[in-house]
Amino acid sequence: MKTATLRRAAGPLAAMVALSVGLALLQFSGLAFWQGLVVNLGIFLILVLSLNLSNGFTGVFSLGHIGFMALGAYGAAILTLPLREKQEYLPNLPRWLAGVHFDFRLGPFSLGFLAATLIAALLVALVALVVGLVLMRLSGHFVAVATLGFLVIVRVLLFNADSFTRGSRTFSNVTPYTNLWWVWAWALVTLYVVWRLKRSPFGRAMLAQREDRWAAQSVGIAVMPPRLLAFVVSAFFTAVAGSLYAHFITSISPTAFYFDLTFKVITMLVVGGMGSVSGSVIGTVLVIALAEGLRRVEDVTLLYGISQIILAVIFILIIIFRREGLLGQREIPLDRLFVKGGEAKAE
Amino acid sequence: MTIVFYLIQQLVNAVSIGSLYALMAVGLAMVFGILRLINFAHGDLMMVAAYFAAFALFAKLPLPLAILLMIAGTVLVGLLVERVGYRSIRGAPDVAALLTSFAVGQILQNGTLLATRLMQRPIQIAFPSPALLNGVVAFGSITVPRLNVVSLVTGVILLVLLSLFVTRTDLGLSMRAAAEDLPAAQLMGIDINRVIATAFAIGSGLAAVAGLLFAVQAGQINPYMGFTPVLKAFIAAVIGGFGSIAGAVVGGYALGALEVLLTAIPGIGDILPPGMVSPGVQAFLKQWLPGSLTSYRDAFVFVVLILTLLFRPNGILGQRGREEMQ
Repeated sequence: MKTATLRRAAGPLAAMVALSVGLALLQFSGLAFWQGLVVNLGIFLILVLSLNLSNGFTGVFSLGHIGFMALGAYGAAILTLPLREKQEYLPNLPRWLAGVHFDFRLGPFSLGFLAATLIAALLVALVALVVGLVLMRLSGHFVAVATLGFLVIVRVLLFNADSFTRGSRTFSNVTPYTNLWWVWAWALVTLYVVWRLKRSPFGRAMLAQREDRWAAQSVGIAVMPPRLLAFVVSAFFTAVAGSLYAHFITSISPTAFYFDLTFKVITMLVVGGMGSVSGSVIGTVLVIALAEGLRRVEDVTLLYGISQIILAVIFILIIIFRREGLLGQREIPLDRLFVKGGEAKAE
Repeated sequence: MTIVFYLIQQLVNAVSIGSLYALMAVGLAMVFGILRLINFAHGDLMMVAAYFAAFALFAKLPLPLAILLMIAGTVLVGLLVERVGYRSIRGAPDVAALLTSFAVGQILQNGTLLATRLMQRPIQIAFPSPALLNGVVAFGSITVPRLNVVSLVTGVILLVLLSLFVTRTDLGLSMRAAAEDLPAAQLMGIDINRVIATAFAIGSGLAAVAGLLFAVQAGQINPYMGFTPVLKAFIAAVIGGFGSIAGAVVGGYALGALEVLLTAIPGIGDILPPGMVSPGVQAFLKQWLPGSLTSYRDAFVFVVLILTLLFRPNGILGQRGREEMQ
């Protein structure tokens, strides 16, 4: 019994060790470009995984998640902004917020950043609960458009709440806390939570009501609780990604969090396969690699726009010829890597 | 008296902006009615039209010829999009089709970007407004921008023509049949591809006209200008009752009125002539409806959209059952 558990844990553990070694090598190599790319990869991985949890598992297709990301980014950035800059940049902050600066450290760990991210993400999860209670009743493309409406509303609020966000002016001088370790630690947490959820009764309820709502209801599976759970948890992690992004880029403005970013994340999700956790990882890596390669082609040929066109064409081709994405619903069974008999021992 | 003039002016504004939304929403509604496809690339067709018009006018073509070229070009692009993109995904689930239309939109936007780059033009172009659409028209002591009058008249004429087409021609009848029940229409021997192509062609043509008027109004054009109008057109279509042409028209004018109300009501405390309401009421209006609320207009509009989806999912004119939304 015990050895079976160990064997099952061996695969993911091996992958984690390999990842850590890779990250450590990258950290000490000092290759700033590649470090930046891998940080970016991690942030997008969190975005895609959490979008998959909501859109892929429950089939309730949200186009508004980047709104949660924006709220997370601004929320955490306000909390970690040093006091002097707060006075200078955001002179109209309410008093209870103006004196707040999350800066405590424990050795090399900036606990303040962690706390700010958690607080921002929890608040966003609360927002998602309220939004979800209203919008999760809809489905099909109507929920897509209603959530797109949420994205527009968030954007209007960010532009207008200038005592918090500086409005249309750039919110700069965010402390660059984000590094490889923070991003990938959060990415692994997200991966674990999403993967666990998929295999939990909640996850199965999500999939069941997605496949056939009436059949699921007729055997006693409620529709709203799993949809809401997925929406709230995924908003939480999306907000975390927002905080990581803000403390990586160090200057943010409402225009960054809009439809282009939404479409990019959706492309990764659809390429990998909605409903597959491993698919999200593969989709993210592939699209980031492709986009980076195409960007260089663009820089050389000066044909700006061509990379977006190619990505969009690939997207359409996937929807035409492989609608389920590269992996569909399937998973790469990492936990069976060291189990004798592999697939045969399926639960 | 000023308040009466103010109201009349706002009414003209509402009807003219409503005409633009109606022109856009009709295209969305026709395609949705038949294919259950929310064609978000519709706004980008409008953008493409604005570019066709701009380049035709840059080439010093006379206005009627420029408009003709613009409409022809946009209809061609619309048909191409349908043939190459949407025909291949017919029958795909809702969301897959919606996402495809986003991808099509990306292609149109970036294609335009690429084309303007190759022509050595900046991304943002000042639109060469034809003189006919500039200036104001005076009716007694009321002055109205000429563009608003033109939008209103054009919108009404085109929508009347469209309703004649839909009710009085065989092709229009086939189109309504296809919207009612696609497989049944097919079984009755209706050439579905022809009907769908017609819907795209008409939708693109109307979007082209709306694009020209939008471009004149904005004064400048860029490859991303289609996004907000298509969202608004979609809201208009939903408010009116999605999938029906009449609903789209009603929704377009309703949205125009709503937007003008949301622009006109904040700040009303400042423009009311003294003595019209008691000072207490005026102070209340100034405090609770400050002019700065206007910048939240788009947020309010989307709140209305979400409320409509929740409480009256079939819109003002809709009658069909709820289950479609949920």
